[in-house]
Amino acid sequence: MALLDIDHLSISFGGLQAVLDFNVEIEKGELYGLIGPNGAGKTTVFNLLTGVYQPDEGIIRLDGVDITGHSTEAINHDGIARTFQNIRLFKALSVIDNVKAGLHERFPYPTIAGILKLPSYRKAEQEMDEEAMKLLEVFGLAPERDTLAANLPYGAQRKLEIARAMATNPKLLLLDEPAAGMNPNETGELMDTIRFIRDEFDMTVLLIEHDMKLVSGICDRLTVLNFGRILAEGETKAVLNDPEVIKAYLGD
Amino acid sequence: MKNSFLQKNKDELLTYGLLLIFWIVMEVMRRGGMLTSHFSSMLVPMTYYAIGAVALNLCVGILGELSIGHAGFMCIGAFSSAIFSLLFKETMPTAPRFFLAFLVGIAFSALFGFLIGIPVLRLKGDYLAIVTLAFGEIIKNILTAIYLGVDSKGVHIALNMTNFKIETDGIKLINGAQGVSGTPRNSSFTIGMIVLFLALFVTTNLIKSRDGRAIMSIRDNRIAAESIGINVTRYKMLAFTISAAIAGAAGVLFSHNVTTMTNISNYFGYNASIMLLVYVVLGGIGNIRGSVIAAMILYLLPEMMRGLNRYRMLIYAIVLILMMLFNWAPAMVDWRKKTFGALFKTVTKSNEKEVA
Repeated sequence: MALLDIDHLSISFGGLQAVLDFNVEIEKGELYGLIGPNGAGKTTVFNLLTGVYQPDEGIIRLDGVDITGHSTEAINHDGIARTFQNIRLFKALSVIDNVKAGLHERFPYPTIAGILKLPSYRKAEQEMDEEAMKLLEVFGLAPERDTLAANLPYGAQRKLEIARAMATNPKLLLLDEPAAGMNPNETGELMDTIRFIRDEFDMTVLLIEHDMKLVSGICDRLTVLNFGRILAEGETKAVLNDPEVIKAYLGD
Repeated sequence: MKNSFLQKNKDELLTYGLLLIFWIVMEVMRRGGMLTSHFSSMLVPMTYYAIGAVALNLCVGILGELSIGHAGFMCIGAFSSAIFSLLFKETMPTAPRFFLAFLVGIAFSALFGFLIGIPVLRLKGDYLAIVTLAFGEIIKNILTAIYLGVDSKGVHIALNMTNFKIETDGIKLINGAQGVSGTPRNSSFTIGMIVLFLALFVTTNLIKSRDGRAIMSIRDNRIAAESIGINVTRYKMLAFTISAAIAGAAGVLFSHNVTTMTNISNYFGYNASIMLLVYVVLGGIGNIRGSVIAAMILYLLPEMMRGLNRYRMLIYAIVLILMMLFNWAPAMVDWRKKTFGALFKTVTKSNEKEVA
């Protein structure tokens, strides 16, 4: 059984058919790419998956459970975490607090314990600190733990966003253009990190990306969207050599 | 171990320390007869405005929602606790009665904070500010119009004097525009400072906890907060309710200090809410210690300058501008960072955010 199974997903905004009949099956541990020209509906698919939009039609199953129609917050509890195309960090919080915000649901204690600093508060906070530091180590952000998120360089902000998403312990990680605005070195580093996450945490990753080096370098399979419809899907190499795909990207 | 405790809580300890020093100095001066009676009489109001500023900063700075109706919550705390004290004036000893009056005032303002929060927190930005302003005015106006009393025949509520048929043996709790009178004068500087410490304790600890992080993450980016599974509505309501409850505690101090609450528009109207907002903005949005300091200075200042009658408001305006520059101007922030270094760490932190 596939980890993520999307069936006939469709949504339109007014007269615009943003996504039509989108199907995909992603296996556990897979690195799956979603590509397509600008305006093809890639981010809309992410927004449908995370409950930002409700689909007109179609079913989304995660690990066999139907999660269609759940709220954004509930979908995170179901096991999907995401990053954003335009970085959305908690800018006035420190790096470690950004990650600890992601750990929020996993280490609960009552409000009153926090106000009175009861033992359950101390214990949970210490566990959160340790867990957050482990994640920051993975992303090489440990030395920056007390820096304000807003003061991090761009590449580090992208990484912190992934770390925060990972903190919610998801089954599926959605990355929306993780390499956008990165130089080739940073992109290379990011590829290593994504591979590492997959191997170390046995994570399934669905990513949107325009950087073909990254896509061809790490994605096992691809789906190409164009005008909201699936143009091609399959093994990365085959898809990227498909004349239809090349045409959609480069024009005639 | 000891050191790491100091390091971790440096910021709070500095706040408590500064406040404690201020308290001791004021207390010594008061007992030593160095303060004029006019100045002494301003110490209690100063504490409740500082508490109100802490409450509002929780709402504006930490939750990030601009409320200009917080005087309304003070009003609810003041009236509910005053009514409680009037009812049990004869039957209960002072200490437990005043303690219970606090609980009543806090409970009622928290309840109203919760109820008002349900519609208000669905709004954003300017709209939220306008609606909180409206609720603040509604609370004040209802309490100005209402007549409430108890006598041997039970409870009487009326909206005008002629319908208010209370027996002579009864107690008039709220007497329309004349407000509440005869509340016992239980507030003192000591109690005010204790409540201020408690308000600071609750607020700073809340901010440092898991719930505080959730609240601030909603402030910084609501969409991202939702995406990591934080229940946005719950934490907005939590912060708003606690903020209202703390404002209510300030109201309890108020009603048990002035004893006669007439002409409440002056105390709980639009101007009072704006005054609290001025304390918060000048002290630093999201900077709890700053708002306490700003509230104290800005409350005491115009009162102390009564002698300079003609130039009083002029000087007040200049001080406002100077404080604004001290807190917000980039050059000033740099200078402060160099000079005071770690001491003012949080002040500069919150400034950097605003400047960037």
